[in-house]
Order: sequence, then structure tokens, then C-alpha cells
Amino acid sequence: MIPRADSAAAGVHVPHPEPRGFWRRYVFSTDHKTIAKQYLGIGLFWAVAGGFAAYLIRWQLAWPGEQVPLAAWIPEPMMFGGHMGPEFYNVLVTMHGTIMVFFVAMPILLGAFGNFLLPLMIGARDMAFPRLNMLSVWTLTAASLVLLASFFVPGGAAASGWTAYPPLSARPEYTGVGWGQDLWILAVALEFASFLMGGINFLVTTVNMRARGMTFARLPVMVWMQSTAAIVFMLSVGPLIAAAVMLLMDRLAGTGFYAPEAGGQPLLWQHLFWFFGHPEVYVILLPGVGIIGEILPVFCRKPLFGYRYIIGATLAASALSFFTWAHHMFIAGIRNLLVMPFSVTTILISVPFALIVFALIATLWGASMRFPTPMLFALGALSVFVMGGLTGIFNGSAPVDIYLHDTHFIVAHFHYTLISVTFFASFAGLYFWFPKMFGRMMNEPLGKVHFWMTFLFFNLTFIPMHLVGIGGMMRRIADPTQYELLTGLQPLNRMITVTAVLLLAGQLALVVNFIWSLLRGTPALDDPWSSNTLEWSTSSPPPHDNWGRREPLVVRGPYEYSQPGAERLPQWQVD
Amino acid sequence: MLDWLPENASTYGGEIDSLFSFIYGLVAVWFVITHALILFFVIRYRRREGARAVGVHGHTLRQAAWILVPTAVVLLLDVWIDARGARVWELIKGSPPAAEVEVGVNGRQFNWEFRHPGPDGRLGSEDDLLADNTLHVPVGRVVLVTLTSSDVVHSLFIPHLRLKQDALPGRRIPVWFEVTRAGEYEIVCAELCGFGHSGMSGRLIAHTPESYESWLKETWPPGGPIAARTEEGGSATP
Amino acid sequence: MTLYTAEAARVAAPPAALPVSGKLGMWLFLASEVILFGGLIASYVVMRLARPGWAAESAHLSVMLGAVNTAVLLTSSFSIVMAHRAVDREGAAVAARWLTLTVLLGLVFLCIKGIEWRGELGAGFAPSTGGFWSFYYTMTGLHALHVTAGIVINGILLLLAAAGRLAPVGRRVEFAGLYWHFVDIVWIFLFPLIYLI
Repeated sequence: MIPRADSAAAGVHVPHPEPRGFWRRYVFSTDHKTIAKQYLGIGLFWAVAGGFAAYLIRWQLAWPGEQVPLAAWIPEPMMFGGHMGPEFYNVLVTMHGTIMVFFVAMPILLGAFGNFLLPLMIGARDMAFPRLNMLSVWTLTAASLVLLASFFVPGGAAASGWTAYPPLSARPEYTGVGWGQDLWILAVALEFASFLMGGINFLVTTVNMRARGMTFARLPVMVWMQSTAAIVFMLSVGPLIAAAVMLLMDRLAGTGFYAPEAGGQPLLWQHLFWFFGHPEVYVILLPGVGIIGEILPVFCRKPLFGYRYIIGATLAASALSFFTWAHHMFIAGIRNLLVMPFSVTTILISVPFALIVFALIATLWGASMRFPTPMLFALGALSVFVMGGLTGIFNGSAPVDIYLHDTHFIVAHFHYTLISVTFFASFAGLYFWFPKMFGRMMNEPLGKVHFWMTFLFFNLTFIPMHLVGIGGMMRRIADPTQYELLTGLQPLNRMITVTAVLLLAGQLALVVNFIWSLLRGTPALDDPWSSNTLEWSTSSPPPHDNWGRREPLVVRGPYEYSQPGAERLPQWQVD
Repeated sequence: MLDWLPENASTYGGEIDSLFSFIYGLVAVWFVITHALILFFVIRYRRREGARAVGVHGHTLRQAAWILVPTAVVLLLDVWIDARGARVWELIKGSPPAAEVEVGVNGRQFNWEFRHPGPDGRLGSEDDLLADNTLHVPVGRVVLVTLTSSDVVHSLFIPHLRLKQDALPGRRIPVWFEVTRAGEYEIVCAELCGFGHSGMSGRLIAHTPESYESWLKETWPPGGPIAARTEEGGSATP
Repeated sequence: MTLYTAEAARVAAPPAALPVSGKLGMWLFLASEVILFGGLIASYVVMRLARPGWAAESAHLSVMLGAVNTAVLLTSSFSIVMAHRAVDREGAAVAARWLTLTVLLGLVFLCIKGIEWRGELGAGFAPSTGGFWSFYYTMTGLHALHVTAGIVINGILLLLAAAGRLAPVGRRVEFAGLYWHFVDIVWIFLFPLIYLI
């Protein structure tokens, strides 16, 4: 009988025996590694759904009103024998955004990578609150079920955009959507609860559960990024929860928070939403930058350049991100004297990110580079992120944004920034840590095919999208041919659809590789990449309590490659 | 990239376009520099027999200067972009010129309703013309729009004029423009407003002075009844 | 590769002072709650400043009942501090008594709130009546939900203490206390903002 130590004490891991039986091991597990895989599963499931929504959207834009191939199975009243109407188009754009931001990017980048790596990288045996961790992934599961259910209620799923601006979202008669919008609110609220619990777990773990010798200055950059993302999320999500409660009250209790006829203000929602919405994109971005920061040193065989400047810039950018939100609202009807201050803060946020980009590029200088799939995706992520950041400058300049706001230029911009981390950095991380997670290597040639298809078709899809946006194509329209101005853009729209379909098709290479490698990949060594961070000091996959009988002792920083006298010095080795 | 912009037909549109160009120039330079460096390093520093990586940490000031100096340059360029932007914003939104023609624009699922003042020059009086989806203005005169919405948030977007302003229910938002070239320009809605958002469009007809006079006489025949003849027109929206 | 035992590591250097995990976790949770209520209260303040008519609406509230509720919550914060003290000093039985008082006072708060709402609804002031009432019911409602959660948490600790099983989780009385103080402090902000001005 194991004495029950007070698990609330600092740094104390309550030892528990390895679970036996299918349910305890794979379904009701408190092991952070299993929970990470559950998050990964949820994220990949929704990635397929969100990708399919993107396919439907793009097909409709290219050939409006025509039958969409592979969509005949979608029942009425959503689609009619493969044809869609504008109502369902609005559902698709709403759900694509909601799914990708809340049910793909966050579960994969924070839930999967954060949960798997954080305890391992700091030398802990598990998170500070393992049962809270299990609760958080179950809450996300509940959120997923609620979101799925919203498709099947009368009136269909939410159709007011992932931004859900009232009055459109507040009164069912404006959209024809009833319970679907309420379930959307509930699903998003549950998702918030899940990541709030996760964020608390991450932060307490980072502070309290580090192994001996793991000072803050020796933390891998990934740990810094996950912790900062957790803080940013926790400090930004409150107003949106308040806004969501008010929206629900407007819909269910007849209050008038957002209804002008009742003395309310539609702009109130926009302020509260974007106060969260802008920091949120950095919550998604930071873990992706962390992945790039872990992978480059390994395959360059040199330290991450300017580690402390990267951390400082990250903290500065995160703080500044709380003061940029109204750049989503320059022409929304806000007071004129608010506009330029927000334009200034928005453009200034390029400064810390420029520093981070320069540091990552400087890591490449003087390197001895190898290019396995993780490295290709990390480099791809860097390139795509730079492009996304640069187009952000246009949008941050308020007068230029007068024209660009709510056009496809914006869509192209945020796909560059978000996909840099949600696709490229996530894939880099997947190929890199798959051996540690599953004990097998992924197939290299297929991985390279995956990379080139993704990089090529992503750019071919989204570079032209900037052009259709500049041409004036608005967001969230179901049929560009209804506009004289846009009919001339249809050839480009069709080309974008073709390359988008090829981009999605290219992901099959990952699906095949993932499944095949799980079943028959080469068994992985403890340290297949010759890497210095702590997770590589234990077996692939690690034992249930991560380290066996002995916990690691950390004696140096995480990126000591090509130092005088040694090609590499792992964090855990003593000279 | 800028060739894809619809042809500019407004006074301040040129300012926006030239700011766009300016930013494009700066951004293109950074794009080329960063990607050239990445490509060059990736080729130059491939793993080769006998060559070892240079294990610098980048923490000394001499090393860090390589990233701090470019960052400082970015900061200066940002300030420049903001300074130019502030001037253009002030021009467009800060102190609008005196209005010479006033019109009312109302968004309502899923039409634009345009209210033209009659010969009395006052909006909201009996002789106003209410037209769905077609807006008549003269070239070369400052037009002041009072933008409203009857239901949800819409957004008045006239691409050729580089004009965009959200229409909020319960608010009367002023926005102005001055057309430089006669012609017909598309007016669209740029904020998701429901299932009819796609196709919610209208026409701006910018008249030459002569054509404007004759339109005025047609709509409000002199000596005839005070009230305007109704005008049906513009693209019907389902 | 060599791993060193935790024993050897402990000899190497004394542990730095780290906050207790449960306490740190609770503070982080409360930080996010501050932003939640902060967002709601800030929205109320901004809307209120633009609408002088709301002062007349708030005159329909019972300042007396609000003040009594404030006293109730303040006393219950005191009693949970005493419970926390008792865990380490007088023991679980005394802690149980203080927790009982805390739970009862929480229930009294909810009852008085319920009486207020019934009166206001009966007088025709529903959430849909106007902007002030929308905020009033939403803010006090969200607060009441938090009070209820606190009562449940305190109740669980009370049952553990009464059954003599508090020892392994005695620290949690302190964390529950932190949460309960937060709920109290939110009310200290709500009361003047809604009732008094």
C-alpha cells in the first residue's frame, strides 16, 4: 500500500503503479504521454473534417452552384445531392475556422506536443496534476461531441463566422440557425475550459517539477514557448468567456447586451472577442516557433543562436499582443483616435518577431546541416512564417487596411501565419518526435514527398490568394460570379482550388506514413537524432514513469553542439 | 502585385495605393533578403566531410549585434510606415472636407438602400429619392455618406474608391469620398450578414456634371410635383 | 549515458524555495477568473458611463439586502481562514465546525440573493427589461454560480473533516480558502458598482 503523500507539495510526484487493462491504459489514463496522444487523435480527426470543409468551400468558389465531387453523401438540408446553397456555405466557413483554430491547432500544438514534451524535457515524471490533465482532454472530447451535434439540430450548425458577430449571431431570425449557434458557444466554452486546465497544469509543472539542475536558463526553448502560451491564454480568454455568457443571455434570456434596440452595443462583442482573439493567435504560434527552435540546432549541429534574446523577444511580443486587438476593427466604427495607436502597436509587434526570425536564420550560419524530413519542415515553417509576418505589415497599416479588411488578402495572410505552425511546424514535430512517442521511425522518402507536396501546393494556393484579395474579392461570399468586379478573377480562383485540392491530397502521404510506421516502422533508438534535450535520454517510448528508477541530473544548457572538445554535450551528461 | 487593384477612381484612393506601394517595396526587400540568406546558408553550410559547425551561442554583444542591428532597422522602417500611415489616415478619416452632397446609405438584409436628397438639399425631407441598390453622385464633389443598418452589421465597400466602412445598427456613421472619374462602380457588402451576403451588391453611378444635371431634372422634374419619381434599379438580390 | 540518482542530486545543492503546486495552481486559476470578471465588469462600467439612466434603475435594488450579503460573505471569509488555522492547530473536528459555518453562510448568501431576484422579477424587472438589468442578472448570476461551486468544494472538505479523513489533503482547505476569498472580493466590487452608485 503506497502511502498517500500530499500531492500538492512542490515537486513531489505521487508514485502510482503502471496501469493495467485497456481502459486504464488508453482511455482513462493520467499519463501525460497517453493524454498527449489522445489530444493528437482529436486534432487529427478534426483536421480531416476541417480540411474537407476547406475542399467544399474552394470547390464552390471555383464552380459556384455545381455539384461538388465526393459530396453527394452529405444529407439534406445541408447539401442537395452534392450542391450547396449560401446557407451551408456560411456554415462551412464558420466551421472551418472554428475547427482549425480551436480543435486542430490548439489540441495538436499545445495539447499533444505540450503534454508529451513538457515533463520529459524538464526531467519530471508527469505533470503536476495528472488527474486534472485527464479531465482536460475529456473536456475537449465533450466539446468535440457538442460541436458535432450542432450539425444535426434543427436549423443546422452555426453560420455567423468563427467570429460570431452579433446581431447576426444573437438573433436566430437573422441566420435561420437556432440551437446550432448555442451549441457552438457551448463547444467553444468547453474548449476554453479544457485549455485553461491544461495551461494551469503546464505552468505549475514548469515551475515546480523541474529536475535537479534544470534552471530556467537551461530550459529548452519549447518549454518557454509552451509556458508563455499558457500564460497568454489564461490572461486573454476571460473577456471572451464573459462575452459568450452575454451572447448566450441575449439568445436565451432576452437580454440586450448586443442589441441596439435594447440599449446594447454590437461593438462590445467585437472588443471582447478580439481582446482574446489577437493574443490567441500567438498562443498558437509560440509552440510552433518552439518546435522550429528545437529542431534547427539538432540538424545544424550548433546552438540555437541568441537563445536569451529569443526568450526576451517572445515575452515582449506576448505582452505587446494584448494591446493590438483593435487592428481587427479599424473600420468597425470605433473612435477615430483609437485607430493610430493600435496601428502603431500592431506594426511594432513585427520587431520582436523579426528578432526571432533573424536568430533562427543566424542558427543556420556556420552550420553543418543535414536534411531529414523534420528539418525540411522546420525550414519550410520558417519561410512560410516570414511571408505571413510580412503581409501582416500591410494589414497593420490602418489606411491600407481600409481596402484590405475583409478581403481574401487577409485570408491569405492568416493562412500563411497559422499554417506555418499548424502544418509545417507540427509536421516537423511529428516526424521528429514520432520515434520518441511511438518507438518507431517514420519512413524518410515518403516524408520528403509529403514535404515537397505540402510546400509546393501550399504556396501555389495561397500566393495567388493575395492577388484575388487585392482584386477586391471579399471574404465569406459563396459565388464570386455574382459580382462584375470579380468575374475576371475566376480563372485564378479555379487555379487556387486545383492546387488546394492537390495540397489536401498530398496529406495522404502523411496518413499512409503515420499508420504504416505505427505498425511496421523501424524500431527507434533512444536517441536517433543525436539530440541533447532530456527526452532523448530515456527509451523510445519512455517507460510509464519516464525515467525508471533514476531521475536525470541536468548539468548544462540544451544546445551544446560543436563546442570545443566535443561534437555534442547532452544536457544530462557530466564531463 | 498592385496591378491587381481595381482602377482607382477617388481622390484619397491614390494615397492608399501609394502607401500600399511603399510598404510593398520595403516588404519585398525583406522577403528577398531573408529567403536569399536561408537558401544561401542551406547550400553553403550543408554537412561536408571534415567541416565542423561553428558552435556560437550568440550571447556576446558582438555576436548578438548580427540580429540586433537588423531588428533596429526593422523598428525604424516600422516607424516610417506608421508616420506615413498616420498622415494618410488623418486625410481620410481625421478631418473630412466640407460636404457638398449628402446621401444616406442603409444596409438591410440583403440590399443597400440609398437615399438621395432632392432639390431642397436636405436629407430626410419629403423630396428624397429612395433607391434600392443604385447610388447617383456627381464627379469631383465631396460626397458625405451617413451609414446606417436596419438589422445586422454590414460593410459598405466600394473597391474602386478604396472606401470601406462597417454599418452598425443603432449608429449613424459618417464616411466621405470624392470620385475623380465618371463611370459605374460596383458597391458590395464586406461583412458577413447572413445567407444573402453573397450577392448583396449595388452600383455607384458617378455622373459628369452635365449627366448629373440631366439626372436631377429627370428625377425631380422642375415645376412638377415635389416628391421624386421612384427608381427601380440596381441588381436585384434574391 | 549516465543518470545520477536523486540521492546524489540532493547532496549536490539544496532545493530552491518553490511554491506548493496546489497553491500555485489555484493562484493561476484565480488570475484567469479575475480577467473573466474583469471583462464583464469593465463592459458594465463602459456601458454605464454612457447611460446615465441606469442610476435610476439601480435604485430599485435593495441596498440593505446587498449590504447584509456583503457582511455574510466577509464573515464567511473569516470563518474559512479559521478553518485553515484549525487544520494545523486544533485539529479536524474544529476545522469541521468552521467549515460548517462557512458553508451555512454561503447558503445564506444564495438565499438572500434568491429573495432579491424573486422580488425584482415579481416587480417586472426581467433580464430583458433593459441594459442595466441584463448586466445585473448576468453578473450576479455568474457570481452566484461561483458561490455555489465554492459551497460544494467547502462542503466536500467539511465532509472529509467530519469523517476524520482530512489529514492527507489538509492543505486544500487553504486553497479552497483562496478561491472563497476571490468570490468574496468579486462581490466587494459588484456591490458598490451595482447597488451604490
